[in-house]
Amino acid sequence: MSESGLSLLALLRARATLYQRIRDFFQHREVLEVETPLLCSSGVTDPSIEPLIVERGQSLAAPRYLQTSPEYAMKRLLSEGSGAIYQIARAFRDGEAGARHNPEFSMLEWYRPGFDHHALMAEVAELLQCCLGKREVHFFSYRALFIETLDIDPFTANTVALAQRAREAMDVGGLSGDRDMWLDLLMSHLVEPQLAQRGICFVYDYPASQAALARIGSSAGLEVGHRFEAYVDGVELANGYWELSDPVEQRQRFNADNARRREYGLAERPLDEHLLAALESGLPDCAGVALGLDRLLMLVCGERDIRNVLALDWQHC
Amino acid sequence: MGNYSTNEFRSGLKVMLDGEPCSILDNEFVKPGKGQAFNRVKLRNLNSGRVWERTFKSGESLEGADVMDRTMEYLYTDGEFWHFMEPDTFEQFQADEKAVGDSHLWLKEQDRCEVTLYNGAPLSVAPPNFVELEIVETDPGLKGDTAQGGNKPAKLSTGAVVKVPLFLSEGEVVRVDTRTGEYQGRAGKS
Repeated sequence: MSESGLSLLALLRARATLYQRIRDFFQHREVLEVETPLLCSSGVTDPSIEPLIVERGQSLAAPRYLQTSPEYAMKRLLSEGSGAIYQIARAFRDGEAGARHNPEFSMLEWYRPGFDHHALMAEVAELLQCCLGKREVHFFSYRALFIETLDIDPFTANTVALAQRAREAMDVGGLSGDRDMWLDLLMSHLVEPQLAQRGICFVYDYPASQAALARIGSSAGLEVGHRFEAYVDGVELANGYWELSDPVEQRQRFNADNARRREYGLAERPLDEHLLAALESGLPDCAGVALGLDRLLMLVCGERDIRNVLALDWQHC
Repeated sequence: MGNYSTNEFRSGLKVMLDGEPCSILDNEFVKPGKGQAFNRVKLRNLNSGRVWERTFKSGESLEGADVMDRTMEYLYTDGEFWHFMEPDTFEQFQADEKAVGDSHLWLKEQDRCEVTLYNGAPLSVAPPNFVELEIVETDPGLKGDTAQGGNKPAKLSTGAVVKVPLFLSEGEVVRVDTRTGEYQGRAGKS
C-alpha cells in the first residue's frame, strides 16, 4: 500500500501513542476534550478553501458542508461558557492532495480563554516538544523573516516589487495575481524552505490582509493580523489566532470573502449565522490554534510523505 | 486534445507550455497555511530535452499536447532522414537529425524503437534498451586472456564505440545497453 518504512502495526501504534500523549498533555492542563458535528449547514467563506459537500440524504433539507475545521462549532461552545477546550477531529478540504496534503485529514484544534497569540505560541511549543522531544524554538515576526531571508519588506514593497523578487528566484511564467498571492508565493517557495534547518519556528504578526479570523492590531506602527504559523523542519504544522470576537467585523470579513469569491468565479458561501450569533452573545477573549496531526505524525515517524502515515490513504478508501 | 487542470497533472501527461510540447515529470501541490495554493511542476521539453520547473496557481490549466508514443520498426537512413514504419499499418515516417539525436548510434535495421510523434511527425526516437551489434573495428583479440580483466574500445556497425573485453575480435556480435552504452555480453549469451 505505502512505501513507508513502517509496518502497518507500527504506524497504528505510533498514531495511538501520539494521541495518548496529546490527551495527557491537555488533561494535565485541564483543557476539556470536546466533539462537534462534521456536517454543517454553512461552510467557510475563505476564498482559498473549498469544502466537500454532501448533497443527498433523507435527513438533509439542504446540502451540508463537511467541515474544513471545527473552528466555528468550537467558538459556539466557548460563547456558551465551555472554558478551555480541545478537539481531535477529521477535517476535509477539496482539491488538496500531495506529499503534505490529503483531502481528508486529522486536526487538533484548541482554544484558550485569556491567552493572546504569544501565550498560545508558547503552549504550542510545549506540546510539540512533548511529542517530538526537546528542540530549539525560534520566533520571528513575518516582517523580520521576509527581510532576513529575501531582503524585501512585505509590508511596504509594492506588488510589482514582490513579483520581481519572485521572478528573480523562480520560473512563474505568466502568473498574475494580487499582492497577497505574491506574498504567499514568496512565503511558500522561498521563505519556508529556509526554516527547515531551524527546529521549531513560529512566524507571527501577518499582514492585516491575511488576518483570516485573527484580530488586527498594531505592531511597530504597522497594522498586523495577530496570527501565527508553526513550522517544524520546514513543515507547516499549525495556524493560530488571537481570535477576532467582534461580530460586526466578522460579518464584514465574511462578506469581503464572498466578494472575492465572486471576483474569482467561485460559488459564494452562506454565512454561518450560528457563529455570528455566538460572537454577538460574547466570545471570551481567547486564542485558538489548529494543528495538522498527520503532519505531526510524519515528523514523529521521520516520514516525508503524508500517505506513509495514513492507515488507508485517499486512493485506497 | 482538451485542457488539463493542475490537479489532473500526472507524471507522463503531455501538455503544451509556451508553445512547446512537454511531458510532466513531477507535480507538487504547495499551499501555505492560509491563502493561495500553487503547483510546482517539473516538465521535460520534448523538443529540447530540457527540464523546466514552473510554478502555477492551483486550478490553472494547460492544453494537452498531441503527442503519442508508438513502437516502430527502423528501416534505413538516406543520410538526411531516418525512416521508420508502423508494423501494423505499414505507414512510414521520416525523422530528422534533431529527433533522432544520439539514438542513431544504436539504430539497427528492423529493430523496434519507440518513436514519439508530435502533430503526426517524429519528435524523438528511443532505441531498444538492448541491441546486438557487430564489431567492425577493434585491436586484435588476445588469446588466453579470457579470464583477466581489462578492456579495449571497439567500433560497432552503427558507428558507436563501446568498451569490450580484450578477447573479443572483429566480426563478433555483442549485446549493449543503449541507456548506458555498456557492453553486456556476447550476443546470444546474456
